[in-house]
Amino acid sequence: MMIIKNKAIVNDDWVVLRLAEDETPESVTVAAVKTIVPLKVWLSQKQILQNRDDIGVWFASDERPEALKDDITKFSVIAVDFPKFTDGRGQSIAYNLRERLAYRGELRAIGEVLRDQVFYMQRVGFDAFAPRPDRDLEDVLKGLTVFSEGYQISVDQKSPLFRRVARTEASSKA
Amino acid sequence: MYRYDQYDQQIVNERVAQYSDQVRRRLADELAEDEFRPLRLQNGLYMQVHAYMLRIAVPYGLLSAKQTRMFAHIARKYDRDYGHFTTRQNMQFNWLKLEDTPAILADLASVEMHAIQTSGNCVRNITSDEYAGVAADEVVDPRPYAEILRQWSTFHPEFAGLPRKFKIAISGGKEDRAAIEAHDIGLSVIKNAQGEIGFKVLVGGGLGRTPIVGSVICEFLPWQHVMTYIEAILRIYNQYGRRDNMYKARIKILVKALGIAEFKRQVEEEWLYAKDGPGTITNEELERVAHYFAPPAYEEITSDNAELTKFKAENKDFANWLQRNVKPHRVSGYAIVVLSLKKTEVAPGDASAEQLDFAADLADKYSFAELRITHKQNLVLADVKQSDLIDLWQAATAQGLATPNIGLLTDMISCPGAEFCTLANARSIPLAKLIAERFDNIDFQHDIGEIELNISGCMNACGHNHVGNIGITGVEKKNHDEWYQISLGGAKGHNSSIGKIIGPSFKFEQVPEVIDRLLQVYLRERIEEERFIDTVRRIGHKPFKEYVYATKIAFEVEEDIDTRSFKPVQYSVPFYSPRF
Repeated sequence: MMIIKNKAIVNDDWVVLRLAEDETPESVTVAAVKTIVPLKVWLSQKQILQNRDDIGVWFASDERPEALKDDITKFSVIAVDFPKFTDGRGQSIAYNLRERLAYRGELRAIGEVLRDQVFYMQRVGFDAFAPRPDRDLEDVLKGLTVFSEGYQISVDQKSPLFRRVARTEASSKA
Repeated sequence: MYRYDQYDQQIVNERVAQYSDQVRRRLADELAEDEFRPLRLQNGLYMQVHAYMLRIAVPYGLLSAKQTRMFAHIARKYDRDYGHFTTRQNMQFNWLKLEDTPAILADLASVEMHAIQTSGNCVRNITSDEYAGVAADEVVDPRPYAEILRQWSTFHPEFAGLPRKFKIAISGGKEDRAAIEAHDIGLSVIKNAQGEIGFKVLVGGGLGRTPIVGSVICEFLPWQHVMTYIEAILRIYNQYGRRDNMYKARIKILVKALGIAEFKRQVEEEWLYAKDGPGTITNEELERVAHYFAPPAYEEITSDNAELTKFKAENKDFANWLQRNVKPHRVSGYAIVVLSLKKTEVAPGDASAEQLDFAADLADKYSFAELRITHKQNLVLADVKQSDLIDLWQAATAQGLATPNIGLLTDMISCPGAEFCTLANARSIPLAKLIAERFDNIDFQHDIGEIELNISGCMNACGHNHVGNIGITGVEKKNHDEWYQISLGGAKGHNSSIGKIIGPSFKFEQVPEVIDRLLQVYLRERIEEERFIDTVRRIGHKPFKEYVYATKIAFEVEEDIDTRSFKPVQYSVPFYSPRF
């Protein structure tokens, strides 16, 4: 499947495991392929899964990043699910994974990932985006470059605009 | 006032480009309406009953003459020759076409304006004291902090998908003119015993369906920390605020559920990570921004104005205007003038293109080319020489902007109501008009004195009904029949309170008589200099309630009043707002 990673469209072979209605985190079988499992699956099958190096974890928007506190260095991929594109909890999950847990691996936005939200997502630490297959990735890519500056600190920018640049009134320079 | 530098201008220009492309994609059907909706809302564009409405941000209510003329231009070119000032100090245009909105935003960007985050589930435009910088009772000018917070909140990447809208108000006077207790976050700029500047921080206030007065979360927060502290509040709210029910999603519900002590604990635990970090405001940044709000070049005026005193003694209308519409200024020889947008036959807060141009001219001539918008939907010339007051009054009178009713009965707050808004249960503007006509007599209004009458067309309370001394709320009963609940005892300011409903609701036509009866009880019971609200607080609701419901209120429905307008199909009531 194609996804966006580090501002480029790339092929990706991770599979995102979503539980079917009749499956439980304890009993679901995690196939022997590179799999991003729900946090609940990781927590309940940790004994088995921790011996594999092809496991990633994804967070639902109501889950807490601290749940991975002791395991965070194990992962090269962590994903955050956006059940609706208007649900902004994933933004704080990403922020906390990066800032509080110092996670440095790939952070992927999955679910309702749309062109008009990815700029914000990139600022809070997402570096990979997996929109629904029916979305045009070229189109989504355009969303990453809409603004060239931001006022605030976040994951991508540790210093606010007022500390970084000399600010003078535009009209006074004219 | 604040002026954009290259960065502010660039960010706003990039927004115009982004939004224009979103509209293009919507019109080409590349973007579905349900995906476009949150995008247009975060750019202040609503789909109303008849047309699109655009809400333009007027940061903390401060407007230049040039910007005001741009409003007049937009009103003429894209709307029906008028605009509407809102209770959150913004400007709304009601009759727009979607395809025109990119051009409107480009026009606005050319005068350092935008519509960013004037709606949607994000941090909204920050409001402040309409007399900031000039009020005689001011402790600290709140505007530099408001501007710093405006920039911080603009396109904040983490807080664009909050559970619900988020409103911040900031005031720096002894009197609170920004209704900070009725906001998600209310900030009062204060000085501590050592003379250091900081904020008293309130959280979880709000009107709407669950009116609550905000709780103090921090008694004194040094100003350097205000950004990091608010960010901590928002991070907690973003994660834990309810998202299952939009009526329970405001921060006030979270604060209430956790209790202020526990909420404060969580916030301050979160804050420790950011405290003293790069988000801390520097002296240099405060000075840079504060420089834009430095006092204008006031003249030194020491002489008494004998002409003014003489004119006042001879002219009762002018004396009334001085009493109600002119406020004390901190600089000797100057005054604050409120231009009333509450003329009886006009919808509260509406201003015609002609009036906007005229107000801009007045600002140029008398008040350093600046205007302010008040939360009561009036305009303010903040720096008028007292020796100019007679000329200004005469000019404003000619344009219908000098009704001497500021703070009086007909200085009503009204939301747009059912004629415009898809949420409303009932009309607001025609009711405001009916009430204004009934109590038009200015001597009667001056006798009644200070009173706040607020009207909302539904329980969402855009018209501040809960904090009106008399509050009117539109409620729906079967068949879109309009009924109104009347509440009593609400108030804004540092001693704010939420009004209580007096009893069963009334028909549209009965409401003026209900108000008359409430006023009669006040006139009968008041002692000395008591204001309406003081009497209500002293004697309680009972005497008012008993008198209002003692006898039936007869009314006639005027069937043919609606000759000038059309009748939208979804309402079975006549429409006769002046604009239809």
